[in-house]
Amino acid sequence: MNNKNIFTANLKFLLVGIIFGIVFVKAEIISWFRIQEMFKLQSFHMYGVIGSAVFVGLISVLIIKKFNIKTLNGEEIIFSKKVFNKGQVFGGLLFGLGWGITGACPGPLFAQIGSGVTVILVTLLAAIAGTWVYGKFKDKLPH
Amino acid sequence: MLEIISKPWPWYVAGPLIGLTVPVLLIIGNKSFGISSSLRHICASCIPSNIPFFNYEWKKEIWNLFFVLGIFIGGVIATFFLSNPNEMVIAPELVKELQTYGITNFEGLMPYQLFSWESLFTVRGFIMIVIGGFLVGFGTRYAGGCTSGHAIMGLSTLQWPSLVATICFMIGGFVMVNFILPFILKL
Repeated sequence: MNNKNIFTANLKFLLVGIIFGIVFVKAEIISWFRIQEMFKLQSFHMYGVIGSAVFVGLISVLIIKKFNIKTLNGEEIIFSKKVFNKGQVFGGLLFGLGWGITGACPGPLFAQIGSGVTVILVTLLAAIAGTWVYGKFKDKLPH
Repeated sequence: MLEIISKPWPWYVAGPLIGLTVPVLLIIGNKSFGISSSLRHICASCIPSNIPFFNYEWKKEIWNLFFVLGIFIGGVIATFFLSNPNEMVIAPELVKELQTYGITNFEGLMPYQLFSWESLFTVRGFIMIVIGGFLVGFGTRYAGGCTSGHAIMGLSTLQWPSLVATICFMIGGFVMVNFILPFILKL
């Protein structure tokens, strides 16, 4: 594919991302304060967001499977299976620590930068560095 | 209409919209919802450094980079065209506690006294902006996903490894916010 085709083929994902980013900001999911409230059990907001998102996702997946819904191109929808390894525990705990400090998972980082908090670019670069260091030492870590 | 959109959206509007991303991505492109992979694709495209983990055809996953670019643009649109005219409502206990750490500015979605370029060059700011970010990137890749890939996509497809990951995310966050962060905020 040439560059123009790559752009048009992926435009739909850009649009879904834009809507997603708007929801992130408008529901204050990107707010550091909301994440603090969640982990201090001072507000129901984030539990409601995550819980209802999982609920709607779950029902949607059931419907797709039950009625064998295909993609727009008529392909079979593929669900990739997650295989358990210790990374989900160690990595999960480490990400949780980072989430508690920055108040952001990877998605909200991009929206925080968009919302004008430009210093979060540094947080994003640090997250990219963290990903790189994981890739570099992957074989030495317990899995 | 614009007035309604400008107000903060309640969880029962935002949550289902986020949940709908799962079927939308599957139906428009057979893509599994996940955001932290974008960080891996950025490594693979910019700094692969002969590391096997970054040696794959990242161009096939480029949709993910379009998706996160969209999140950035959505952040711009929501902030500069649909922003909430009123101050954010924050739990009074949290406001009171943060004031004891010298955080007095509660304008905007982020505390600027912690997340700003001036703050970056303080010990407290450096830990929160740089070390925090590093943990997010390292941890999500080690865990094989983040809140979107595990908590939402993984739980929606009833995968128990994702439940383990999600529980660990929550434990990490609880420990940080309640037991470690108070010491960092005092710096």
